[in-house]
Amino acid sequence: MKLSFSINQKYLSIIATISVFVILYIVSCIVFEGFFSEMVFINFFIDNAFLGISAIGMTFVILSGGIDLSVGSVIAMTGVITATLVEQAHLDPLIVVPIALLSGSFLGLLMGCIIHFFDAPPFIVTLGGYFLARGIGQVISLESLPIYHPFFQFFIMEGIPIGDTVIIPYIVVIFLVLFVIAVYVAHYTRFGRNVYAIGGNIQSARLLGVPIGKTRVGVYTLNGFCSALAGIVYTMYTSGAWSLSGKGFELDVISAVVIGGTLLSGGVGFMAGTMFGVLISGIIQTFITFQGQLSSHWTRIVIGVLVFIFILLQRFFSSLPVSSKATRVTYASMREQAELTK
Amino acid sequence: MAIKDLTRDLTKRIASSHIKWSLIIFFVILLFNFIFTPNFFHIEIKNGRFYGSIIDVFNRAAPVMLAAIGMTLVIATGGIDISVGSVMAISGSIAAVLIAKMDVPFWMVLCLPLVFSALLGAWNGLLVSYIGIQPIIATLILLVAGRGIAQLVTDGQIIVFEHPPFEFIAGGSLFGLHFPIIISFGVFLIILFLFKFTALGLFVESVGGNSEASKYCGINAGRIKLVVYIVSALCAGIAGLIAASNIKAADPNTSGDGLELNAILAVVIGGTSLNGGKYFLVGSVIGALIMQSLTTTILTMGVPVQVTLVVNAIVVLVVCLIQSKNFRDILAGIFKLDFRGLLRRMPLKGGNK
Repeated sequence: MKLSFSINQKYLSIIATISVFVILYIVSCIVFEGFFSEMVFINFFIDNAFLGISAIGMTFVILSGGIDLSVGSVIAMTGVITATLVEQAHLDPLIVVPIALLSGSFLGLLMGCIIHFFDAPPFIVTLGGYFLARGIGQVISLESLPIYHPFFQFFIMEGIPIGDTVIIPYIVVIFLVLFVIAVYVAHYTRFGRNVYAIGGNIQSARLLGVPIGKTRVGVYTLNGFCSALAGIVYTMYTSGAWSLSGKGFELDVISAVVIGGTLLSGGVGFMAGTMFGVLISGIIQTFITFQGQLSSHWTRIVIGVLVFIFILLQRFFSSLPVSSKATRVTYASMREQAELTK
Repeated sequence: MAIKDLTRDLTKRIASSHIKWSLIIFFVILLFNFIFTPNFFHIEIKNGRFYGSIIDVFNRAAPVMLAAIGMTLVIATGGIDISVGSVMAISGSIAAVLIAKMDVPFWMVLCLPLVFSALLGAWNGLLVSYIGIQPIIATLILLVAGRGIAQLVTDGQIIVFEHPPFEFIAGGSLFGLHFPIIISFGVFLIILFLFKFTALGLFVESVGGNSEASKYCGINAGRIKLVVYIVSALCAGIAGLIAASNIKAADPNTSGDGLELNAILAVVIGGTSLNGGKYFLVGSVIGALIMQSLTTTILTMGVPVQVTLVVNAIVVLVVCLIQSKNFRDILAGIFKLDFRGLLRRMPLKGGNK
């Protein structure tokens, strides 16, 4: 009895997120003619592919009980690195892209190591990463750099065709593939379980023998990789890079993850929720574009209000006493099973 | 007797290791400037007010210093307020709209933005203390929505105005000092008095140390939290007035951009732990000064301004490492030094036991 109740509890938050998305979508379709089309739907993904990729990495970080403020800067940095190497050094994109991905991952690795080995607060360490990545980007170039290389055009112009007229561009494919991998890693691998464990309660995780250091450093490295990938996708999306782009982006990402039902205290949330969080912010933007009368600053206000509502919902669910106890029980049994299957 | 107690208290406070570190960093920067930039300490009097690099540091540090003072109290209660940048933009925007679009008396131009800031602070405080939302998320809501509100107030435009009394806030001077310096130190002294010389400060420390325990001790933890968020928003509101007055315009998009991060950084450099509890208002002021003096140093040295960010990053790293116990242990291990013992023997600690 308790168990089934707890499972309902567990899914309530994500069900709320999905309902909001569905309601918003239906309302938009009723209000605006032409909203209900494949083009508009695929546009949610095209316009938010970089946000989604970054949000996937951020979900891991938040699930582990940390936070990463450096993502916006890393996007700018990798964009500038990519643009400079491709357009000025005339290197092949197949060499440049791995370099950019490595630079982002390395910064993540560095921050993860400092957080773990010196027991420093993630907020401050990633704030350092924020300054460092932004600074490196600006030192490399202050200009807005266009990219003309066909490799980057290819990912946005070409794609998998559905029907006669609509295609899914490859940047969306990258996002969706990464998402599938992320779902697998978060929910079906030992690494994913470890992330949930240290986010839930780091002390008990340590006692259970979860490798804290490896997991934490891994999470920040993974997020560095995701941010770098988001930076490259952003460069493809805008056909250019600028060291000032992505300002305040980290907060959009965190909002998307929170709207997706992941608790900032760590240990609770779903990768799928993040996907819907990203889609909700996409739908709001599209709604405001379709409406035409509302100015763009309403986007921010609506997102702020949505975050508020979701926090209230989560607060309500997590304050129900039965659930936390029951999830802890199910968690312990899950852990046991994991140990047995080792 | 009282003065003796006070000086002993002061020396003790300086000797408390965290403030000492920030003071040392500040003096190293000043020493560096003393040696490498000849005119850094040169002060001259023009039109009855002081000018010079060092004065400039104090003048330009004012907004971050104000935000950092409020932030220190919030962090002391175990919270964080990342909405200060947006509150700053809102306050400046309201003032500009009042001046440019509406015919209201001057005192209302000053009061309304601050009242509205205080309301926003109360909103943050309510979310944190009475609804029990995590501080970073509670203030994230206002951070995201707040900039939208500021844009709504000015209708997305940059509002330019001409208003000599209001321009005095950033451009005027008193006793030969730029007015922002007077404001920031005035606010600092008021807060210092309220939170260090009355029981309020003790309550804040207690709530930050253990919110539950304080409740059982009869401290209204919720109300204390409410107060610190209001103070933080008020400080940000004042910073917004200074910024708007400085450029004679309200820019809802960029005003206060990144202020929250700089303020938090100043607080952390000043030795206050993000975990709450003990807090160092003097340290936060020095933290803000350190960051501004670094920027000014880089500019006067002729280094491109974009390097500032890299230097900031290095400062953050150094601060993280110094405050990390693990790192200090490793350092002590390397030099085979009795680190604590060395600190204890340092002459800074004047108190005789």
